[in-house]
Order: sequence, then structure tokens, then C-alpha cells
Amino acid sequence: MNRGGVLPKVFLALYLLALMLPVYWLINMSLRTNEDIMSGLALWPHHPTFQKYLVIFRDPTWVHAFGVSLTYVAINTVISVVVALPAAYAFNRYRFVGDKHLFFWLLTNLMAPASIYAMPFFNLYYAVGLFDTVWAVALAHCLFNVPLAVWILEGFIGGVPREIDETAAIDGYSFPRFFIRIFLPLIANGVGVTAFFCFMFSWVEQLLATTLTATTALPFAAVMTRSYSASGMDWSLLAAAGVLTMIPGAVVIWFVRNHIARGFALGRV
Amino acid sequence: MDKPFDNRAWLLVLPVLAFVLFSALLPMMTVVNYSVQDTMGANNFFWNGDAWFREVLNPATEMGARFQGALMRNLAFSFVALLIEVPLGVGIALCLPRGGWSVGPILVVLALPMLIPWNVVGTMWQIFARADIGLFGAALTGMGLHYNDTQEPISAWSTIVVIDVWHWTSLVVLLSYAGLRAISDAYYQAARIDAASRWAIFVNIELPKLRKVLVIAILLRFMQTFMIYTEPFVVTGGGPGNATTFLSIDLVKIALGQVDLGVAAAMSLAYNLITITLCWIFYTIMTQQDRRGAA
Repeated sequence: MNRGGVLPKVFLALYLLALMLPVYWLINMSLRTNEDIMSGLALWPHHPTFQKYLVIFRDPTWVHAFGVSLTYVAINTVISVVVALPAAYAFNRYRFVGDKHLFFWLLTNLMAPASIYAMPFFNLYYAVGLFDTVWAVALAHCLFNVPLAVWILEGFIGGVPREIDETAAIDGYSFPRFFIRIFLPLIANGVGVTAFFCFMFSWVEQLLATTLTATTALPFAAVMTRSYSASGMDWSLLAAAGVLTMIPGAVVIWFVRNHIARGFALGRV
Repeated sequence: MDKPFDNRAWLLVLPVLAFVLFSALLPMMTVVNYSVQDTMGANNFFWNGDAWFREVLNPATEMGARFQGALMRNLAFSFVALLIEVPLGVGIALCLPRGGWSVGPILVVLALPMLIPWNVVGTMWQIFARADIGLFGAALTGMGLHYNDTQEPISAWSTIVVIDVWHWTSLVVLLSYAGLRAISDAYYQAARIDAASRWAIFVNIELPKLRKVLVIAILLRFMQTFMIYTEPFVVTGGGPGNATTFLSIDLVKIALGQVDLGVAAAMSLAYNLITITLCWIFYTIMTQQDRRGAA
């Protein structure tokens, strides 16, 4: 970790600057008209206009879709982290029949190309009557988010010495109480990162989300495709929508920032 | 390994199994089903055995040659992307402050590229990389480079790498940073008493502690780069020629463009098996050391 020194700070600042340039360009594009964007290079918008943002805010379809996306992403993140925590603990602390095979099988679900799964998913969720609900998307995203959560959490649980479990058992803690009161704070870094990654991967996934919904649960990403129309590409509308999609995730990481950056200290137990 | 053997641990794993099986089992069977059938359209499928697999995996056939070409291009791309992203990501994580007011804003900036939907990422880079109206393209051309991401294979290929590095290095940074913060201060204090150099601390304390997290970062990035689709599809459309026609792009071209479900399903299964095998090899090598370390 950085313990002072100017060089790391300069390096970091340059990197963050490079990271921000395309993001700045997106914001720049969202504040210009399409003719303006296509007509030439402009380092900043000379005639900034919030017109495309107003288009989005005034259209109930966009607003509704934003809420839908937030709902299924939130459901998915909660499910993923909650079911993954005990499983990750089991994988790290115990041996059981088929543990290694099961763990690797879980990982293989991350490697499936979503494009080929779209049609079978449609059939499945249509058959169980969940088609066009937020639950369909939330459950479908569990396919990759639950294994991811188990995997990341297992890595962080491995960093906690087993003595802590044993001491708590001797002190008379029941397993659930020990897990929530003592263990969870110790892996707060891992839980924070996991929650953010689950949120992020569910938020940016578009193919399954659009395949599994029609009208009532249409996600934001599906409404975005409106900017590709017969009359050509609406660059600034897509840019404005893109800028808006960054906000919820930025809020999430802001809230988990202290967990991610939390130092490991046994003294808290 | 001194892990206790206890089959009751299965109870802790059951919820995960239920959620993943629900979504994984039926769709997988459907794909397997397609891969062994042929269609004449109108939902008439007939048994085709392993013919599709033979065609896809034999480089002498047209389909096979195409598959092999896409596979090689994709492996080269994954390798270069990982080679840049992993060291850069760990390096940046080491430069991040340990605490204080700046952590929050820095984490938000790091997270921003990952939060943009992939089609928007492609679209913004399409403009950003143009020499006439985009900053990136204009800057490169201004420096006297011969850059054109839609006409020139090398420009196109490196643009996709730059986009991937911009988009995903933060994933390595966030994982490494959380991993670094989870290291107990006692190790650093011991190192200070021994007057260890910065490099010695990195090699002897930080790197070993980060190993599990790095395995996750490397495998995850490998899978994602190996399955990359949206960015090259939007920015270069797989071209020029087939310079950026990676596996997924080729797969979708066959499945949707030519309505060849059978060969596409066989190809995607072969593709899936290659991904799983490569990941299994990485995974085994990287966790082998873990076991040796614990023994």
C-alpha cells in the first residue's frame, strides 16, 4: 500500500485522468446536439443543451425502465450475497463429498456465453410464468452472479484465521450469531467488493434482461435501443442515457467505500 | 490441509445450488440438444449426430478453418489484455491511499467505466476514436501516427485492447485493493522491524496474501476477454477484414446471420468446453501452490 511518496500519487493521478477522458467525452456528447457532434472536434460543448436529458426525464417509459432496472439489480445483489455467504464459508472451512467438483462447476457457469442461452431462458421463464417480471431477470442473473459471489467471498474468508471460529465456539457463540456478529465484520472488504460486482454485472447485462421482458418489466438498456432508429443514430440521446446509467453504481460504491477500504484488525472482535 | 471433513457443510451450499441449477440446467440441455440436430426450417429438426462437431473441429473444412482463426485471434487478444491489465491493476492498487477523504472519490472514478452499459461503451468509443471528431483519434493523428480504427487492422486491434484496458483494469484494481486492505497490520509492523525494503514487502507479504484474489481477477478477466462481444461488434464490427472477428462475433454471425443453429450450437459447445478446459488448467496450476503452501 501507498505509504507516502510523490511518485505513486503522480502515477495514480495520471491513470485516473486517462480513465476519466472517455467518460468526459460521453458527458460532452450528451450536452451537444447530433449535428454538433458530427460536425467537428470540440473539447467542450460550445452550446451546451440539456435537451436530451429532458427527453428522458419527461418520457414515462424511460423513467419506469430505470426503476425496473434498479429493482431487479437490487433483488439480484441481495440474493447473490446472502446465499453465497454461507456457501463460501462451507467451501473454505470444510471438506465434504464433491466439494472441489461443485466449486469448479459453479465457476463454469461464469464461462457460458449469454448469447446462446437467451432462447432457452426465454422458454424456461415463459413456462414458469415469470416472463416479463423483474424476478425473471433477477433470477436469470443469479446464473453468473451467485457463483461469482461465492468465489470472491471464499477468497476473503480464507484470509481470516480459523482460530477465530474456534475461539467464538468456545466462548459459547451459536453459529448464526458468530457469523453475523463476529465473522461478517472481518470480511467486510470482501462483502463490499462482492456487492458492488454483483450490482455492476447485473446492471450492465443487457441480452438476458431484454430477452426476458416485454413491456411491464422493460429494462433501461432495452429502452436505450430506441436511440438507434431508422432516421439514424441518436448519439447524444444514447450518451445522455449512458451518463445516467453510471449514477446508481457510483452511489453503490460510495456507500460500500468504507467496507472496501476497511483495514484488517482483530482488535474489533 | 487440516480442514475438517463434515458433510453437513452441504446444507450451507444447498441454497446456492438451488439458485444456480434452476437457471443452468435446462438451458444447457437445450443447447446440447440443438448441437446434435439439423434443421430445414419450420421447426423440423432431425438427428445429425456428431457431424457438426467434426466439421467445427477440423481445420480443413471451411467452418473449421474459420473457427480456428477466430480462436487464435481471441487467444492472442486475451493474452495481451491480461498482460497489461493485471500488472497495471495491481500497481494502481498499491498506489491507492490507505484511507482518508480521497478513497471515496477515487473508488467512484475507478468504478465509472465498468458501470456504463457495453453498447454505450462501444458507441462512445466509436466517436472517441474517430480522427475527425473524437479526442482519442485526433490526439493519435495529431502525434503523427497513422491511425484509423475502421480501415487498418493494427489500429482496430489495438483500439479494442485499449478499450478493454480502460473498461476493465478497475476490476483488477478493486479486487487487489480490497485484498491489500484485508492484510493485517501485524505483517507490516514485522517488516518494519526487519527493515525490509518496499520490494521485499511486496514479494514476501503482499503478493502471497493477494494470490487468491489474483486468481479470481486473472480467471475472470480471461473468461471475459475470451467471450468479448459487444465492444468489437459496435466499434469495428469484426473488421477490417476479420482482424477483430473474435469467437463470439463469429458465433453470432453464424447463429443469427446464416440461421445455422446446429453448427452454431456445436461451435458454442466446443467454445464453452475450450474455455472451461483453459480455466481448469489455470485454476489447477494456480491453486496447486495454495495446497503446497498450506501443507
